Amino acid sequence: MDRRQFIKTAGATAAVSATGVAAPAVFTSASAQSRAETLLIVSESGPNNLDVLGVGRNVPGYEASWNCYDRLISHEMKDGPTGVPYYDRDKFKPELAEDMNVGKNSATFKLRKDATFHDGTPVLAKDVKWSLDRSVSVGGFPTFQMRAGSLEKPEQFVVVDDHTVRVDFLRPDRLTIPDLAVIVPCIMNSELVKKNTTAADPWGLDYTKQNTAGSGAYRVTKWTPGTEVVFERNEQWKGGAMPKIPRVIWRMVPSGGNRRALLERGDADISYDLPSKDIGELKSNPKLTLVSTPYSNGIQYIGMNVTRPPFNNPKVRQAVAYALPYQKIMDAVLFGLAKPMFGAPASAKTEAIWPQAHKYNIDLDKARALMAEAGQSAGFETTLSFDLGFAGVNEPLCVLVQESLAQIGIKVTINKIPGANWRTELNKKEMPLFTNIFSGWLDYPEYFFFWTYDGANSVFNTMSYQNATMDKFIADARASAAAGDTPLYDTSVKGFVDLAFADVPRIPLFQPYVKVAMQKNITAYQYWFHRRLDYRALVKS
Amino acid sequence: MLKVLLSRLLTTSPALIGVVVVSFLLTRVLPGDTAAYFAGPAATPQAIEEVRKQLGLDKPMPEQFTRYVRDLSHGNLSSSLTTGQPVLADLEARLPASAELTLFGLILSLMIAIPLGIIAAVKQGSFIDHACRAVTTAGVSLPVFFTGLLLVYVFYFILQISPAPLGRLDVFASAPNNVTGFYLIDSLIARDMQTFRACLSQLLLPGITLAIFSLAPIARITRASMLAVMSMDFVRTARASGLNGRTIIMVYAFRNAMLPVVTTLGMVFSFLLGANVLVEKVFAWPGVGSYAVEALIASDFAPVQGFVLAMAILYIALNLIIDLSYRLIDPRMGMAS
Repeated sequence: MDRRQFIKTAGATAAVSATGVAAPAVFTSASAQSRAETLLIVSESGPNNLDVLGVGRNVPGYEASWNCYDRLISHEMKDGPTGVPYYDRDKFKPELAEDMNVGKNSATFKLRKDATFHDGTPVLAKDVKWSLDRSVSVGGFPTFQMRAGSLEKPEQFVVVDDHTVRVDFLRPDRLTIPDLAVIVPCIMNSELVKKNTTAADPWGLDYTKQNTAGSGAYRVTKWTPGTEVVFERNEQWKGGAMPKIPRVIWRMVPSGGNRRALLERGDADISYDLPSKDIGELKSNPKLTLVSTPYSNGIQYIGMNVTRPPFNNPKVRQAVAYALPYQKIMDAVLFGLAKPMFGAPASAKTEAIWPQAHKYNIDLDKARALMAEAGQSAGFETTLSFDLGFAGVNEPLCVLVQESLAQIGIKVTINKIPGANWRTELNKKEMPLFTNIFSGWLDYPEYFFFWTYDGANSVFNTMSYQNATMDKFIADARASAAAGDTPLYDTSVKGFVDLAFADVPRIPLFQPYVKVAMQKNITAYQYWFHRRLDYRALVKS
Repeated sequence: MLKVLLSRLLTTSPALIGVVVVSFLLTRVLPGDTAAYFAGPAATPQAIEEVRKQLGLDKPMPEQFTRYVRDLSHGNLSSSLTTGQPVLADLEARLPASAELTLFGLILSLMIAIPLGIIAAVKQGSFIDHACRAVTTAGVSLPVFFTGLLLVYVFYFILQISPAPLGRLDVFASAPNNVTGFYLIDSLIARDMQTFRACLSQLLLPGITLAIFSLAPIARITRASMLAVMSMDFVRTARASGLNGRTIIMVYAFRNAMLPVVTTLGMVFSFLLGANVLVEKVFAWPGVGSYAVEALIASDFAPVQGFVLAMAILYIALNLIIDLSYRLIDPRMGMAS
């Protein structure tokens, strides 16, 4: 190729591409039929693993597992606090099991005889046993979650016959049955997964990461990580009423502005988890339904490290609790879209429930007096840390707290920690003052308190709070719940709630909302403990 | 030619080794604990240690490095934790998306910037020259995410003539058979004009966004280098000989002014390829830029290493091509080496 020729070809290529670009853009119109049968969901991020048991699976991964696998049992629905159907913590319904019989030392499940996996093989007791064995054996988060319900050893799961499974209890524990209805103990096609195991991967995690091998209402037919997930309905599903929507496409749209544009234009059917500000502004849009539901037992709080001065002094902690701009945070940061956890009337009685509001509210005079009592009238300097991954709420919240604490002499420097680093910092338990959120799948007061306030000092006890009286209350509550001793249970729960509020190692601020926006023709949204979407109930008309 | 190619390739190997080492070290010194991140919010220290062991992060650094190099030599870039896929597969799927978008934007940009630069140089100080300055300044000073969102707002939301900003294809369209990975070319190969149009319409807005941003360097370099060439003796001679203005500008002046433009082009291309993260984010474009950034946020080493490596190789290849094309544009370049 010589020089002249090169320049000529370059020119010609440019000319060709020029005509290509100049061609008028005609836009494809998708077939109306498939549009009507397809639910298009947009959200910021998607799953990184289709198996909830996989190493490092992220939160969106819950949604894939929840819709593609069945569990032995699931929850009934009830009317929720905001009028939307809300899972009923205490009522279970059969899913793969058609009958459940809970005894003193074990529970027996009879499986549906007609249930099949996506490939047509029948669901048998050996599949249930293998799947439950897997969940208590793979290690990491799933095993940890199973342990919360005293499900720890494969020996606990016994095959009685082809369609009967018995779960033996290690000890009386109120959480054992609820723990069988969370996402983790999903039932897999054991033969199919076993075919795809290797010596290094005895539980077939690599296979189930990419493929759904369940009996659930949907199966994943296409997955482009970071871009989209396509779900098709399982026409043979036996675990419940046949879902109304044949096909679900879940697209990841990183830009919040575009998600909103897609929704307002009517191109997207559902936008999952919007910023509070958008909800406020979309409220007046007659074409959309907006649902916001408080996280069951999820609370955002200000935590203080009680092992070091100055926050080892309860007076200082109370002073901080009297100096937080609660209402301002509700209005300016959350646009009112959260459930307040503060300012209960002085006459309110403590109830045997959790979460409930505490009685602190902003009162700077009282705060200053408490600071003086603690010998800190001159004030002190400290740092307030937050997770940048949730900067949308955390940053303005921390600025308001900084402003307010300055008025009682506490000079606060804000420390922003990148999302990837947040848990490392939290686990070190060295930050003096921080804001964080905790929520568990199992919505029981004693469970929440065991993880967050108990002297066992778990990773969620971010304040390193240790108090023998508190531990006694928590232990009593767990024991009495298992034994069904209601009076002792109630006094214990009231006891630990009162103590948590008097000692305030952490100051609850609010219960965040999970926010979902839908077109008017999408109905029957349900709130679940895992907060993700359940496609099985949704209706598109 | 072949000899030049070989010697060039030889000189790139130290750069490649450097990139391998640096990409490994950099990702290791980044703050953040991968194991803690992936163990999830409900993890005990014990669970975190289990994850660390599963990920092989408990091994000493030299051992991790030898393992990394050994895997590399087998073409194994290990797996991404954020997407759950092998990094090589991710890059294969995503690099064409980024390259198609970048090339498209660059060609659009070239078609405007070069004529603009030439006219601005020929009619120095005129209205066109000032317009060129204004356009390029505006283009480079508007952040791409802003231009992108603005275009989406106007053309998708208000005017409703552009398709939804949902990546490379409409939700209900299917991708053409994979030949080159470039949807425009693949759909042409498949003679599927409907898909071609669908891809083109998805490509238009992000392409324009990128073009607006990359106008400035190309137009300014074209103008500057044209000005330099136009004041040279041979142009004066050509004028004195009575050649018409068009021939002088296009045939003599522009050809001689092309070298710096091509150099800039190479730089702009490789820069855009990695740096159009924001455009990719705005248009939900499944490209490598957003992939690398997401991985970085999650302290997911493997994709970051893979990305840096892929970019380095691409950069080296691009520079090689540019070097070789110099000799075709200007034969004098060959004699120097």
